[in-house]
Amino acid sequence: MQNKLAYLFISLLFIWVSACRVDPNVKVKADLPVNDIRFVVPSGFPPPVYNFSGNPLTTDGFILGRALFYETKLSKDNTISCGSCHQQFAAFSHLDHPLSHGIYGLFGTRNSPALFNLAWKNDFMWDGGINNLEVQALAPITNPVEMDEDLNNVIIKLQNDPDYPTLFKKAFGSETINSQRLFWAFAQFMGMLNSYNSKYDKYTRGESGGNMSISELNGLSLVRQKCTPCHQEPLFTDMSFRNNGLSINPNLLDTGRMHITGLKSDSMKFKVPSLRNVALSQPYMHDGRYLTLMDVLNHYTSGIHNYTTLDPLLTNGIILSNQEKQDIISFLQTLSDYTFINDARFKDPN
Amino acid sequence: MKTTKHIFLALAITTVLFSCKKDPESSTPTGSGGTTTTTGSLSLEFENMVGDSELVLTTKNYINQNGDTFNITAFKYYISNIKLTKSDGSIYTESNSYHFLNASNSSSLAFTLPNVPYGTYTGVTFTIGVDSVRNVSGAQTGALDPANGSFWSWSTGYIMVKLEGTSPQANTTTKALTFHVGGFSGTNNVLKTVSPSFGGSTANVSSTVTPEIHFKVDIAQMFKSPNVISFNSISTIHMPGANAKKIADNYASMISVEHIHN
Repeated sequence: MQNKLAYLFISLLFIWVSACRVDPNVKVKADLPVNDIRFVVPSGFPPPVYNFSGNPLTTDGFILGRALFYETKLSKDNTISCGSCHQQFAAFSHLDHPLSHGIYGLFGTRNSPALFNLAWKNDFMWDGGINNLEVQALAPITNPVEMDEDLNNVIIKLQNDPDYPTLFKKAFGSETINSQRLFWAFAQFMGMLNSYNSKYDKYTRGESGGNMSISELNGLSLVRQKCTPCHQEPLFTDMSFRNNGLSINPNLLDTGRMHITGLKSDSMKFKVPSLRNVALSQPYMHDGRYLTLMDVLNHYTSGIHNYTTLDPLLTNGIILSNQEKQDIISFLQTLSDYTFINDARFKDPN
Repeated sequence: MKTTKHIFLALAITTVLFSCKKDPESSTPTGSGGTTTTTGSLSLEFENMVGDSELVLTTKNYINQNGDTFNITAFKYYISNIKLTKSDGSIYTESNSYHFLNASNSSSLAFTLPNVPYGTYTGVTFTIGVDSVRNVSGAQTGALDPANGSFWSWSTGYIMVKLEGTSPQANTTTKALTFHVGGFSGTNNVLKTVSPSFGGSTANVSSTVTPEIHFKVDIAQMFKSPNVISFNSISTIHMPGANAKKIADNYASMISVEHIHN
């Protein structure tokens, strides 16, 4: 009798122990190093707009967000992920693609923007239509010329995936998959994509690796004189919407910010992009019309179109000598953050 | 000795059974310190009508104030921030008060507010739409889940009232009517906070009575007054702006109290 009871107790104990353990055979898309998932406000940066209050940043939340970022099931035909048009080596822009490239070979109307320092942005997209980092991902997922998928379908696909219920449980405490958790995880990954270790940053912080050449320093000085306040340090954007004098593309007829506000005074205004990582993320402008930085500078010196909403700062263009253009380009290359584009934490885990 | 073993076994089984379960929801007594309960419930029911006819989706035709014929294939709207006023002037505010009403899902058209203090209620106030705070607060769930389909992906914000249908008078090639009415800020704000009159009736919440307030939601009013809408001139609204505001000024008076059951 005593033996039987002992056996019973031991087997019950075994059930108890195994019931509380996560099955080690579940394949978790988390092979890459994810040490040190902490949000850092770099020295000299302002306080972030998105501070993870209400969506506490965790390693498991970040891992889930990363898995989702590289998940092709988010698209209707399971062919493309966010990472398809936001490539890490191009600072999460789409290198060599003037316009975003969706499923079925469809093209969007705008240049896929680089993704970094998103926690400092008060709105998103070239037209600022999205007002919170957490709901940004919904736009490309549902856009018919991007991923063209329905949010409910995405959730069903993830529920039926062998890995995601476990990943959601690790991140949020239960296997429930809903859009709020999906978007929270996205925000945790995207909010961690921060670029602040370029040569320029090392220069401003007085760190090793921050020795700038005379040409680069001259370029910095020129950017400060001629490219501000639009491309204001340290983020190299003032987040405003401006018409920078681009001729209207007759095939796209993109009115930019006016698309959101409905105001004629916002016609052809677009969000000022950051200059960080600019040498890594060509082509340029909202429609990707310029292939090189020299093309961009030539636009500002001699290509300004004078529409009624043209930014007053550009009425007479920007005056730059050829040497000054070369110096600015030298400086812009110091804004390339190789730590960021090689950070193993941000790579596709598959 | 045998008793000890039994106790030991019982403990072991109990441990196994409960070790992996989360704490059960603590049953919160509504009265403090073990006193008797002092709150009950109150139900709200929304009856979608077009004029005096009950709304029938798709198969029934209606005529708007302008004389245009139309049918309705979808009608969805948000009711938020419900407040009840008691005869003594005190106010009950529903917490996390967001309700998504969808004409094609009858269970969404009636809901019950729990924990309403006993008393005689003489008025109700709520917002047609979703307050501006929740339009800028990122990922939401429940009634506010974007998966419900009344949320703009490309220009963040809730579609407060959505009506879709067809009309021979529509100016679209498919004769579609698309009224997606939203906008929460500045001059584009379409939020309407309304207080449909009880007309002298009261809703009496007690231990034995869960009052039911029946609202009539007159869809015809969306196109009626003060702005008579001709479908030939306006048949598509899919962003905030002047036309959305016209419809909102109309739907501000589309909900009235039909009767109250006590």
